[in-house]
Amino acid sequence: MIPLCPMKLKSSLENYVFILPAALIFVIFYLIPFTWVFHLGLYEWDGISPTRVFVGLANFKEILFEDRIWWASMRNAGYITFIALTLQNALAFMLALACDRQIRLKNFYRVLFFIPPVLSEVVVGLVWQWILDGNYGLLNSWLTSAGFGSLARSWLSDPATALTTVAIVHCWKGFGWGFLLFLAGLQMIPRELYEAARADGANGWSCFKHITLPLMMPVAVLVAVLTILGTMTGFIMIHAMTNGGPAYHTQVPVLRILASMMPPFSRFGYACSQGISVGFVLVALSFIQYRFFLLRRDSAQEDT
Amino acid sequence: MRTRWFYKIQRIGIDTLIHLFLIAVSASCILPLGWMVSSSLKTQETVFADMSFLPRELHFANYILAWQEGGFGRYFLNSIVYTVSAVIGIVVVASLAAYAFSRLRFPGRKILFVMFVAAMMIPLPGSFVALYVLLNKLHLRNTALGYILCMISVGLSMSIFLLKTFFDKLPRELEDAARIDGASKLGIWWHVAMPLARPVLAVVVVFNALNVWNEYVLALIIFDSKALMPLQRALMVFRGEYLTNYPLLMAGLTITALPIILLYLLMQKYIVKGVTAQATFG
Repeated sequence: MIPLCPMKLKSSLENYVFILPAALIFVIFYLIPFTWVFHLGLYEWDGISPTRVFVGLANFKEILFEDRIWWASMRNAGYITFIALTLQNALAFMLALACDRQIRLKNFYRVLFFIPPVLSEVVVGLVWQWILDGNYGLLNSWLTSAGFGSLARSWLSDPATALTTVAIVHCWKGFGWGFLLFLAGLQMIPRELYEAARADGANGWSCFKHITLPLMMPVAVLVAVLTILGTMTGFIMIHAMTNGGPAYHTQVPVLRILASMMPPFSRFGYACSQGISVGFVLVALSFIQYRFFLLRRDSAQEDT
Repeated sequence: MRTRWFYKIQRIGIDTLIHLFLIAVSASCILPLGWMVSSSLKTQETVFADMSFLPRELHFANYILAWQEGGFGRYFLNSIVYTVSAVIGIVVVASLAAYAFSRLRFPGRKILFVMFVAAMMIPLPGSFVALYVLLNKLHLRNTALGYILCMISVGLSMSIFLLKTFFDKLPRELEDAARIDGASKLGIWWHVAMPLARPVLAVVVVFNALNVWNEYVLALIIFDSKALMPLQRALMVFRGEYLTNYPLLMAGLTITALPIILLYLLMQKYIVKGVTAQATFG
């Protein structure tokens, strides 16, 4: 019975030639590390020694109740995320509205706004660190020559300003990305809707309120979720600008994970537990946001 | 009485305000880059005093110094090798898989595709810790191959998704004709499907090239030897070693950023498509 269908056998083997490379790479370099994190999080291990000590949920207990720097880093990331959600996304939305009109040089602006997002975080971090330098930075030099010399300071090493400065640089890097998505969303709104509303005597503001805003809600939720995910896990720019300093004022979760893993701590299990903790928060947050949005949309549909 | 002129002037006024706002934001986007280039053309003596964007003497020696003694020539080459290899790898592996997901029947097709897509949606910031351990076990840490394979894995999900969506919409007539002519599946993939997919492949290539060139985290955990480091990683090491040599550092940054800016300006359309696709696939 074996030679029943050699053609078919050959054919299904050939199918695996297509999928095997992707499946192998995916399993080895994504799936195994991903699942392994949950396993390693239960151990105390330095990453090198042949034996690791099973500690159960002790790592998570330590994160929750003892690791004050971890909580400070979560708070900092929360603060940066809040600034990104408000300042960055509001700016992105306003720019998108401005560029959605019949306006000259539209494409020119569009090209420029997306330059910060294509630059690497290392480049952005190091350039801004130089501009914000307390002694020789461009910003302080401009402030002084504009007569605001009293405002000049070491933006990144002054505990009072470090976190906000880092957050603003984050917004600088990210607003062009939000702008792009908002603009794509605005351009999907059918022009006829506005024309019809105008014909019925609606003014600019009521067009905005009753057409633009409701139709842009899905895009806004998407941008918000992605902003949260991106900002809470972002750390490279901060790594380049302050590396968490001064005195933990700009620490963020992934910087802590990295610190736990590297010497002198070398606590691989603890680093994994930290990763799981922040991953859990992120999944929960984006889930809540989607649910909230879907609920609102459903009830809005019932109203109409 | 409000005449036509009134509205016209009002409109011009609003447009001017909007333009001022847009120009201010645009300026903020390029001024930091201008300052980076400007600082890279000053000397260690003038960089702290000369606050002009156009230095009186253009000091190109920083670039030569960074390229040769700073090792940026080497790092640049490394970045090129990693980017080209990873992008080729992604294109081949992802298009094979996407074609299979779209056209071929095999057990586990649905679940595997769902896993690929889910991989893009679930963030687990700590997975690089386990990846570090795994690469150590496989003796792939601190090797170019290890880094390239990881970068292929990073780009895979998104590229498979893009390509599968494209293949799904592609009419099957051409492939059927090739099959009747006796072409093998691999032959059809290479000679029929791939040439048709060129517009999407361009997005995949440009988008992934950008990602690999700018990647930092994996380069940080994978490489110990400087000779293997790509630009992003080398910049941070360089900064640590030459703490206050800003002209040299800025020259290094310019060398790192320039290819990306050129790629962006030339291939904007594809990058924009990639970004919107990445955001909206869900």
